[in-house]
Amino acid sequence: MKNRSLTYKIIMYIILIVLTCFTLMPLLWMLSASIKTDSEVFSMTFHWFPQVPQWQNYSKIWDKIPLATFTFNSVKLTVIITIVQVVTSSFAAYGFSKCRFRGRDALFLLYVATIAIPWQVYMLPQYSMMNKMHLVDSHLGYVLMQSFSAFGVFLMRQFFMSLPNELLEAGRIDGLSEYGNYFRIALPLAKPSIATLTIFSFVTIWNDYMGPMIYFNSTENKTIQLGIKMFIAQYSAEYGLVMAASVLSLVPVLVIFLAGQKFFVQGIASSGIKG
Amino acid sequence: MLTKPKRNQKQISLSRRNTLVGLSFIIPNFVGFFIFVLIPVIFSLALSLAEWDGFNAMKFNGINNFIAIFKDRVFRGSIWKTAYFSIFTVFFSMCASLGLAVLLNQKLKGKAIFRCAIFFPYVASNVAIAVVWNFLFRDIGPINSFLMHIGISDPPGWTASTVWVIPALVIVNVWKNMGYFMIVYLAALQDIPGSLYEAAQIDGAGSFQQFKSITLPMLTPSTFFVVMMLTINSLKVFDLVYLMTEGGPGTASTMMSQYIYNQAFISWSYGRSSAAAMVLFLIVAALTAFQFRMEKKWVSYM
Repeated sequence: MKNRSLTYKIIMYIILIVLTCFTLMPLLWMLSASIKTDSEVFSMTFHWFPQVPQWQNYSKIWDKIPLATFTFNSVKLTVIITIVQVVTSSFAAYGFSKCRFRGRDALFLLYVATIAIPWQVYMLPQYSMMNKMHLVDSHLGYVLMQSFSAFGVFLMRQFFMSLPNELLEAGRIDGLSEYGNYFRIALPLAKPSIATLTIFSFVTIWNDYMGPMIYFNSTENKTIQLGIKMFIAQYSAEYGLVMAASVLSLVPVLVIFLAGQKFFVQGIASSGIKG
Repeated sequence: MLTKPKRNQKQISLSRRNTLVGLSFIIPNFVGFFIFVLIPVIFSLALSLAEWDGFNAMKFNGINNFIAIFKDRVFRGSIWKTAYFSIFTVFFSMCASLGLAVLLNQKLKGKAIFRCAIFFPYVASNVAIAVVWNFLFRDIGPINSFLMHIGISDPPGWTASTVWVIPALVIVNVWKNMGYFMIVYLAALQDIPGSLYEAAQIDGAGSFQQFKSITLPMLTPSTFFVVMMLTINSLKVFDLVYLMTEGGPGTASTMMSQYIYNQAFISWSYGRSSAAAMVLFLIVAALTAFQFRMEKKWVSYM
């Protein structure tokens, strides 16, 4: 019996390792190509690790395109939007779940309804409106467009709903105002949900391509995703460099993801089950 | 901090105060949401009935935009391609994520590492993913070299072929999505009470039968969520397709969102773009409503 369970475990590990390798293969391939010369990338004999690793690929890309500007823009936009989104949507979610007033649920229904509407449906009117307000090709326009998604409100409300009302009632008896309740009781307990929303928002904005593509025309406004796409178009033959740039663009997301993966997993799990 | 006003007419002022406090929580987000999401949504309905290029005066156009797009072979094709892409993406993503979740739901050391690794493609950017996969899919690229190596003499042309471009996109999409839905399933698997399996073992049920009679039925609510999310996501897929093929070769992978984009930002025909967007919206809404009804019907034991 003991032997059987050991073989079973070994088989499971082998299956998992093979599947994981398959899943990571494209990314490992990217990593490997990023330190190769172009002829090595295209060569028929494949080595995971080149004989002479071209680490300088990683320094060359900074001179070829204004990568520093793009990175700065991406960091700036991602941080600002994430902050605005987390602050305003947790605030609103508290109102939607813990304050009683007429019309509250009707208002919330409006939010939920828009989650199912694809962005493509209203992207054009949104764009022409921004155009009228002279907010196209400006970071402000993009921030305003991305900061007020219904998803954040939905996610945070999901958490606040599970918070016992007695807790807040106790706060009220102790003389806390509704704002005090929010800052002193609800918010500290919501840390895991806030972490989830932060990662979600960070990943979405950092990786967003279509938004910046439509909104930003001038080079100094562009984000890292647009920059890499531009790089691919200009240096399409220099695969080593293209891959190095791609790897660099993945690093921040990887760091954020590994740092908060526990919360992320929890957040997906809880939002998934309650629908 | 606000000081509490203690006035007469306590009841009325209390409810008014509650409303004001509640609204004050919602207002900062709602103002932005109202201006930048809700108004455009309503505006898009109006645009679909208008003729506009974004510069000249808008003209009322009735349902002519809808007639025009349905006469357009590319639009009709885009509906079928979206359906084709979505059906396969939803089905395979669901199977892959469920399979991975079942595998990872066992007592194994270090499963967090596997979970993380399989999840990572979901957070990787589409731009980077598209470059790599396009290279892997090249005519004599790594994938085809491998296929020839194992004896397939005439491997598919993937993104360069009108026949294989959508299967190629499905593969990449399933690869990217499966980690996310795996986690949804994992959470649901962990919620199934162990006593159910113990009872089944006492009754002599094998592991396949346990999977069929306990695991799958207990997962129905999550499956509905997974299918719904996957359906909505694949119907509106844009970034990945645009980055990998730009809707090509020809219009072989021009799906609805690509058509909407092309009409708006390449042909500057805002009316047609909005009409196509309305069709997409109606499809998404109808499918969502249908899935909700089915859910009520099937997930009754919860």
